[in-house]
Amino acid sequence: MIWQLDLLVLSLVVACGIGALMIKDLLGSAILFGAYSFMMCVLWAVMGAVDVAFTEAAVGAGVSTVFFVAAVFHTTRRSKD
Amino acid sequence: MKLLGFLIVLITGAVLIWATGEFPDWGDPGSPASVHVSPRYIEKTLEETSVPNAVTSVLADYRGFDTMFETTVIFAAGISCFMLLRLFGKERPETLHYRHLLTGLTIRVRRRKQSPEQLEEFEPMDSLWTPHDLILRTLCRFLIPFIQLFALYVIAHGHHSPGGGFQGGVILGASLILLAISQDMQSALKRIPERTLAMLAALGVSVYAGTGALCLVMGSNFLDYAALAGLFRVDPVEARSLGIFLVEVGVGIAVMATMILIYHNLASEGRLDEGL
Amino acid sequence: MEQILDVIIAKYNYWIYITLMMIGLFGVIAKNNLVKKIVGMSIFQTAIILFFVSMGMKRGATIPIVMHDHGAHGPIQAVDYINPLPHVLMLTAIVVAVSTLGVALALAVKVYKKYGTLEEDEILEQIRKS
Repeated sequence: MIWQLDLLVLSLVVACGIGALMIKDLLGSAILFGAYSFMMCVLWAVMGAVDVAFTEAAVGAGVSTVFFVAAVFHTTRRSKD
Repeated sequence: MKLLGFLIVLITGAVLIWATGEFPDWGDPGSPASVHVSPRYIEKTLEETSVPNAVTSVLADYRGFDTMFETTVIFAAGISCFMLLRLFGKERPETLHYRHLLTGLTIRVRRRKQSPEQLEEFEPMDSLWTPHDLILRTLCRFLIPFIQLFALYVIAHGHHSPGGGFQGGVILGASLILLAISQDMQSALKRIPERTLAMLAALGVSVYAGTGALCLVMGSNFLDYAALAGLFRVDPVEARSLGIFLVEVGVGIAVMATMILIYHNLASEGRLDEGL
Repeated sequence: MEQILDVIIAKYNYWIYITLMMIGLFGVIAKNNLVKKIVGMSIFQTAIILFFVSMGMKRGATIPIVMHDHGAHGPIQAVDYINPLPHVLMLTAIVVAVSTLGVALALAVKVYKKYGTLEEDEILEQIRKS
């Protein structure tokens, strides 16, 4: 892969990871974590791990975001840090 | 606490980065990870199992034990979610909500009374989350069969393309979660009741273990699919391919049922009356 | 100068994986909210999976699906295909990760039902009072 694009995806992954931990809204945190998973899936597809990327696209970006939203819906949306 | 945590993280990170000096370069074909056992898997997979996708053949055949107990872990996670959250005291909600489709009026019906379910112009709904979006409902109705068809394709075609039991099972589960979100949980539970879900999760694990035990009965090692050749009347290489398929189906069923079980329990806090 | 550049090009991927891993670890240690801790745990898991997958990467190789079934000829060379072993291990790890995530969230929901908050310090205070 072109190394500039590779570096762009890597920095986006790091940015999404930091954002998911820093944002005060837990629902936003869940959505950012979904974006993080999707970027990770792109990274794995680039590395030739097609099966792993497929699993992550279905599991990490899809089902775990739904689980997070379901849990946040029944608890609270606010967080102090 | 923040400062202490930051210090710990900094020190650990510095040690790990210092350790990367000993690593092989990124993408080096001669790194120790890829010279010992993996060349054998790649060179022999087509010859021994007639499965071109090396990931599938290693997952279900060469390392079948590993995957069997991973499936058991998923089953155990589903059961522990059920044990943690499920409330049995109030088995069913006292009242159910229905909406009259023509006027948009919402009515509340006490259970054991005559329910308007049979009438065409009423739809069931959740009391907290009341989507009245025709586009959403119709679109999901259209999409769900295609998602399920794609999931079956992913499970069945895992030998030749990326995919397999885990991915297909998750997609199959996601289609039913989509049904529970876009309509309401009761209609999703009417399609697959909770009891059936638990049965399916157990069935998936037993299909996997049962395939292994069948090999044992046919006079070979546990999960050595070549023994199934006599049963299916094919040559041993083809039998291994068939055994991998059976195992993938078991994994798919178990993963699907577990995902839906976890979602139902999380989304309703274990009451299983209404979803998000 | 060129030596340093070579080292950076060969290793910068690993450094970014370690950065991600440390972000996750910081989330688990220092964040006060339980859901944030679970997010941190998931980030940590994904970073480790990323590291394992990158271990199987081979420059100039293709995905681990043998091409002879799709019409290619000649002997199968292991150098032409990416190492499938880390992929298999990590594929199962991802699915187990989502199941443990479900259990962790179930525990968080249970804690919220009992204490009415997700903040760690408030929960500890309530435990100390009672």
